[in-house]
Amino acid sequence: MDRDQEIELTRRLLHGDTIAFEPFIEHFRTKIFQYTWLMCGQREDAEEVAQETLLKIFQNFAQLHEPERVRPWIFRIAKNECLMKRRKSVFAPDHELSLDQFMPAKKDQAGQVKIEIADWSGVPDDLALQAEMKEVLGRAMGELSESYRSVILLRDLEELSTQETAQILGLSIDLVKTRLHRARLALREKLDTHLRGRPAVRGENR
Amino acid sequence: MSPHRSESCKEIFTLLSEYLDLELPNEACQQITRHLADCPACVEFADSLRRTIDLCRQYRPAEMPGALGQQAREQLLSAYTRMLENRNK
Repeated sequence: MDRDQEIELTRRLLHGDTIAFEPFIEHFRTKIFQYTWLMCGQREDAEEVAQETLLKIFQNFAQLHEPERVRPWIFRIAKNECLMKRRKSVFAPDHELSLDQFMPAKKDQAGQVKIEIADWSGVPDDLALQAEMKEVLGRAMGELSESYRSVILLRDLEELSTQETAQILGLSIDLVKTRLHRARLALREKLDTHLRGRPAVRGENR
Repeated sequence: MSPHRSESCKEIFTLLSEYLDLELPNEACQQITRHLADCPACVEFADSLRRTIDLCRQYRPAEMPGALGQQAREQLLSAYTRMLENRNK
């Protein structure tokens, strides 16, 4: 279901068209659950938070004046519900990622500057063809601290805009951009390390 | 090779996500495009970042929510109908 279809479904539901209720739930419940699962890291919590989110959505549905904003509106509620659950969950500790740590190491090779990087040319564009990469990526996302993970989930998985993400998370646009870039760099590095088939040895490059 | 190569590589490195997201002002964007035309190392790095972003966009956890129970469904439906009633009052 694309964003236009979501908006249409929302508009119908707001008009009291109860036929839209089932498809709306079916669609958003999975989306919300996948978000809460990635944020909470536990199935039981994720299910509970997803249900709480859906309940809040319907309780406050009349406040959604612009159906066009349904996706960011829903994720804002989901994010708040995740925060409520936070105490009980297993979040990775919050720590800042610095840009420098992701700068690729350089090496001089016959007068040419090269960077230490895996060969990405063999990676298929379709993630479905790459069970191993998917697993590495999933693990790497789980290892990001919450402030970075929340940005990458909204921007890259849910494809919300920088501005929408900033509104949902209550951050400035610049901070969303900074965190997104660092989160992507962290994931890139994990994938790169995996592709090179050896554990990270960043210490030697500092 | 430009003497400032390493510095400008570093600057490009900082802006790569915005560049790939087409969120940079024109001038900065053109500057990066010019740099990339002359710097295979940065191209290679930018390409790996672009592919990372592509993979993230496709990524969905394997976990799916369990079936929605009868009680949970009724809870949602009743919240929805109550919202409609309150609104029409």
